[in-house]
Amino acid sequence: MSSDTIKTYTLTRRGWLVGASSVALGLAGAFPAHAEDTIKVGILHSLSGTMAISETTLKDVMLMLIAEQNKKGGVLGKKLEPVVVDPASNWPLFAEKARELISQDKVAVVFGCWTSVSRKSVLPVFKELDSILFYPVQFEGEEGERNVFYTGAAPNQQAIPAVDYLMSADGGSVKRWVLEGTDYVYPRTTNKILEAYLKQKGVADEDIMINYTPFGFSDWQTEVSKIKAFGSAGKKTAVVSTVNGDANVPFYKELGNQGIKATDIPVVAFSVGEEELAGLDTKPLVGHLAAWNYFESIKTPANAAFIKEWHEFIKNPKRTTNDPMEAHYIGFNMWVKAVEKAKTVNADKVIAALPGIKQPNLTGGVSEMLPNHYITKPVFIGEIRADGQFDVVWKTKSLVPGQAWSPYLPGSKDLVADWVKLNCGNYNTVTKTCGGT
Amino acid sequence: MPTSRGGGVASSGQRPGNIAMRFGGALLVALALAFALAVGAAKAHADSLADAITHFTADDFDETLTGVNGVVSSGSARAEIIVSALQNGQLMFSAEKKAVYIQDAGGHLFDAATGQPVAGAPPDDLDSVHLNNRLRGAIDAAMGQLTLLSHDPGRRYQAAQAVFKSRATTALPTLEKAIAQETDGRVKTALEQARAAILLTAPGTSQADKLKAIAVVRDRGDQDALGLLADIPAHETPVVAKAASDAIGAIQTRLAEWDAVQNLWYGLSLGSVLLLAAIGLAITFGVMGVINMAHGEMVMLGAYVTYVVQEIIRNSAPALFDYSLAISIPLAFVFAGCVGILIERCIICFLYGRPLETLLATWGLSLVLQQAVRTVFGPNNREVGNPSFMSGAFDLGGITVTYNRLWIICFALAVFVALLGILRYTRFGLEMRAVTQNRAMAASMGIRTSRVDALTFGLGSGIAGIAGVALSQIDNVSPNLGQSYIIDSFMVVVFGGVGNLWGTFVGSFVLGVANKFLEPFAGAVLGKIAILILIILFIQKRPRGLFALKGRAIEA
Repeated sequence: MSSDTIKTYTLTRRGWLVGASSVALGLAGAFPAHAEDTIKVGILHSLSGTMAISETTLKDVMLMLIAEQNKKGGVLGKKLEPVVVDPASNWPLFAEKARELISQDKVAVVFGCWTSVSRKSVLPVFKELDSILFYPVQFEGEEGERNVFYTGAAPNQQAIPAVDYLMSADGGSVKRWVLEGTDYVYPRTTNKILEAYLKQKGVADEDIMINYTPFGFSDWQTEVSKIKAFGSAGKKTAVVSTVNGDANVPFYKELGNQGIKATDIPVVAFSVGEEELAGLDTKPLVGHLAAWNYFESIKTPANAAFIKEWHEFIKNPKRTTNDPMEAHYIGFNMWVKAVEKAKTVNADKVIAALPGIKQPNLTGGVSEMLPNHYITKPVFIGEIRADGQFDVVWKTKSLVPGQAWSPYLPGSKDLVADWVKLNCGNYNTVTKTCGGT
Repeated sequence: MPTSRGGGVASSGQRPGNIAMRFGGALLVALALAFALAVGAAKAHADSLADAITHFTADDFDETLTGVNGVVSSGSARAEIIVSALQNGQLMFSAEKKAVYIQDAGGHLFDAATGQPVAGAPPDDLDSVHLNNRLRGAIDAAMGQLTLLSHDPGRRYQAAQAVFKSRATTALPTLEKAIAQETDGRVKTALEQARAAILLTAPGTSQADKLKAIAVVRDRGDQDALGLLADIPAHETPVVAKAASDAIGAIQTRLAEWDAVQNLWYGLSLGSVLLLAAIGLAITFGVMGVINMAHGEMVMLGAYVTYVVQEIIRNSAPALFDYSLAISIPLAFVFAGCVGILIERCIICFLYGRPLETLLATWGLSLVLQQAVRTVFGPNNREVGNPSFMSGAFDLGGITVTYNRLWIICFALAVFVALLGILRYTRFGLEMRAVTQNRAMAASMGIRTSRVDALTFGLGSGIAGIAGVALSQIDNVSPNLGQSYIIDSFMVVVFGGVGNLWGTFVGSFVLGVANKFLEPFAGAVLGKIAILILIILFIQKRPRGLFALKGRAIEA
């Protein structure tokens, strides 16, 4: 890749089309003629299809962050220009759109993806064209790519601390576990890690029940009554839910209807945040839990300012903020700092500059980009309140560094990712070679 | 709820509480209550109450627990009011003023200790006293003991259930008193079960009493009873252990029988949802033969009509909220029906007899409708509330029947009967059947076939809109709502037999019940796959479905 910081933009017909369409969409006012004076930032989030429910908000928050940075004078004396594309919840289209962003629009960095399958779909493109992706969503880990920076939580920054909390006296000294998930890669991997972890903590096989349901599952009657029956064995029981977004509303409605209260069987969820609760009457759910690295209700000056800015930007004081939005906030600011440190937007130099960059998060701590391209994050356990927000009932004492490879899985326990010293994403500490198991 | 001021973690430094709890919350409350019984004077009540209340201002879970215990042990008449306010999130505090208040629904503040209204502006740092699940358990147990002697039988029943769960030994004297004076049979049984639960777990109960208690718990026979019996300590005498394991066996047998009934009920409920989703398609696809991929979007439009109606009611006439669904039904029918007629006139009428083009055109249309809704309402889920008569559940023998499912079954049946009536007894129904059976003949008898086509499609779409009103009660109201039902709807119509409403009716209930009997064994994912395979095999054997139309009609 050339070391030239900004690709010269040729005034092709296509360039006009891209510019015109972005103006037409009201996303950016920049004309292609001005393109040489800007640094382009790609935003790769679904604006239509099933994932639009979660990803549209992230597109909006990126536009807000970019506008804010431009008010401060941009980066390296140049304005930032957002380039928004819509991969339409279609995994192969993610790869196509990523290629378009990098090779045609010449973006310096891409912020995007939500589902793991979309991330896996764009990986080869980012490797081939050597660009940078910031991925903002909690996920199953087990990955350490040179071109990707993971600002969402790894399992050790969400799932494991949540289970630890439930095992403690405050969490109810839980002895029996239901691992309930939607049937795809994130819940399956997370549950595998949790199962290994629980067994290591001395939980017997018969005290763990693992259930999977299809995407968008809506008839939860049987599943919930199964949970109820499992919970009546005389031991304190909890549900660890990796149920995906859309299926959650009917799940919680059925829990409420069948009278399962948080004091009897608490449910701790890893994919339910403020946005998901917005479509729900939360009164029957008070006391059920969620584990995140950020909650809107956390009171810090930085968070208050962020929420205020968000409400002004989106022109709706009722819109909530959530964890992946904070991840983009951290990721974007880290990228800006890395570019300023490297004094160029050249991908190789920015990738080298990113590890070690520190950025205050919105909850009072300072997150740091680690050599494995994960970041340090605090972990909070929140209880659902009657107004759809969360009350933080527990948090980790310090920030938890993200682990690329889980030490609880046989296939990955010897692996580490380190792009600073080892220059390898899957270094095997036993065989001392780069290249996995 | 006045929680909009936010809970937050302003002082989260202390709040994520200490883990070293020596006693269970319930036990502490119980000990405190026993202490309270020993203390008497009213003056002492007032002092200890005021002392206890200050613990609530610390904003720390352990302090709050101490406060709850203090309030209960004060023996004050206000204890029940304060604990119940805490339970409902109405207990407020100001750390600055070291004061605790109760806030009513209208936002007025009352002093917690005296019950006097508070004059002037509320303090700036007013916040509700925060709870976690450990505290909620302790509060439930405390409320149970405080209300065992309540005048209201319903509350006494709840109190007995709370004591059954907490098994706090010190509730025993109050419990005995309550049993002695109880007149309501149902409450008395619950109280006796609570006593049995305490006796079973308390140390020092004689073997004869334990056996009696096991018999009482065995008669209760539900999952809570099972949990209690499974929890009996291992060091019991062989006689007691045997009685307990016998009781567990008996309860499990009974529950297994009820399980079958429960699966049947769940199956009927799923069947009614399938029926609602598919019945509109039975008209557009089954009767007219249009492969309408946009059918699910008609369901979605109906759900959004419900949302809009509820929003308007919430903003202008909250008292009418319970009628929101009744208002939504005709509106959803008319709106979805009009959209259906528009689609038929503008697109489908040019495509009759070309199934492939129809399929592609309506599929494209479904994407357009989804994105249109996404643009207007945003991609997020919209909250559609349940009217009060559709919330909650009741126990019927060994199964839990939720009201919303019950109402949806009734509603699906009503829609089905109404549709049958329209087809059988109205002039429009007659014309519709005539046109679909033999278009040329119907036209030569003077029926305007194109008008009938449009109205038939409108009817099917309108019915789908009505289904959307019902489905908004159990599923997400989002632009994707329709997608999750379109496959199931086609499955039901094809399985039941194209062109026959009774086929759709039987098909949906058969599929619903089969699915729910498979799910406990095979799991939700495999269960669904199994059903699909069974349908494929069935269609091989009977290509025209369960209820095939016979004779010349099928050729038309």
